[in-house]
Amino acid sequence: MWNTVYEWLDERLGLNDMYTNLLDRPEPRGNWWNTLGSASLFLFIMQGLTGIFLTVYYTPSPDHAYDSVQYIMEGVAFGWLIRGIHHWGATLMVLVVFIHMLRVFFTASFKYPRELTWLIGIGLLLMTLGMGFTGYLLPWNQRAFWATTVGTQIAGSVPFVGEFILKALRGGPDLSALTLQRFFSAHIWMLPALLAGLIGIHLFLIIKHGESHFPSKED
Amino acid sequence: MSGSNEISRRDFIKVTTGIVGGLIGVAVGLPTISYLIDPALQEGGKDVWVTIGKFEDMQVGIPYPFSFTRVQVNGWERTSSSFGGFAVRKSDDPKDLLILNSRCTHLACTVNWNEQAQGYLCPCHDAKFSIDGEVLDGPPPRPLDVYDQFRLTEDGQIEIFSKAG
Ligand code: HEM
Ligand code: FES
Repeated sequence: MWNTVYEWLDERLGLNDMYTNLLDRPEPRGNWWNTLGSASLFLFIMQGLTGIFLTVYYTPSPDHAYDSVQYIMEGVAFGWLIRGIHHWGATLMVLVVFIHMLRVFFTASFKYPRELTWLIGIGLLLMTLGMGFTGYLLPWNQRAFWATTVGTQIAGSVPFVGEFILKALRGGPDLSALTLQRFFSAHIWMLPALLAGLIGIHLFLIIKHGESHFPSKED
Repeated sequence: MSGSNEISRRDFIKVTTGIVGGLIGVAVGLPTISYLIDPALQEGGKDVWVTIGKFEDMQVGIPYPFSFTRVQVNGWERTSSSFGGFAVRKSDDPKDLLILNSRCTHLACTVNWNEQAQGYLCPCHDAKFSIDGEVLDGPPPRPLDVYDQFRLTEDGQIEIFSKAG
């Protein structure tokens, strides 16, 4: 019965082909450093899921942001766990993505034909940092407020266009409800969407080129 | 390996992966579900006894107005709602009280006792209720609601039972 259903689907979707190409593709003899990209992907998905759950209670408004976070921590069953995972996962993701980049650099895997994979990787690193930056403001406590004040101030020190960048980031000259709202929007919609799209291309390229061999003594 | 009783390495891996995966699924799934449904499991506001006034201050035949507020905590927000009504004393017997809710049964405006009209008038759509809460005029579909649980305390106060919500 299940076999018939599976065969019917396989004939139309090519499930077996997908399986061989995605999960059963040949890999060079690697080592644990080669798992960091997958670890980054796992962390991205985990941050996505815990983030979605946080929005069940979190409210991005200066009146409610702080109280709603407090409520998640103390009022809701396992709120501390969901927020804790999201909080520490964020730091871990930056770290893992960064080490993944270092391994790609040290094994010289960015060379032809994988330059594009590398360039997209840089985009992924920047997006990941952007997620950290925008997420940091959301609890709307003193630390968040002043960190964002300083962070946007630094972005504002660019010559000529600095003031414009500062206003665009803050949604005005000062940190306000507009800043919180646009950081929230960037954090839950824009950056994750970009990140997901870029990860898709990144993975497509990896499957297309196969993984690079570990450089040998002669290389 | 086929033909032997020992399970193959491949099957062993499959079974352990399944078991460990299932355990992880439960360990992750249960907290997540309770996180999501937690507000539904919270008790709402409590049912409480509310003091509305001294029995001796209530005069026979003249509705005695009272009001009280109740605070409800929803997540990180407190909402207070006001309630009010009239105690209508019939005789010397403290059991012989009729305690009406002043919330109009039409669309929830607050009715007021009007001495001249000898009735409760609603300012919103001109409803009129008798002293006992019967609809005399206007759109309300039923008589005024009654607080039917009340008691006299030792120091002469009347208390009513206010349900949550
Ligand atoms: C959200 C962040 C990222 C995710 C989810 C991700 C995911 C992956 C995955 C699953 C692989 C497969 C091989 C492995 O795991 O080592 C990979 C390979 C690769 N990644 Fe990333 N990556 C991310 C960030 C980056 C960054 C920041 C760079 C560099 C700027 C980069 C450059 C590369 C390159 C060049 C490869 C090919 C390596 C090879 O073929 O040996 N990636 N990535
Ligand atoms: S609300 Fe009282 S008459 Fe309509």
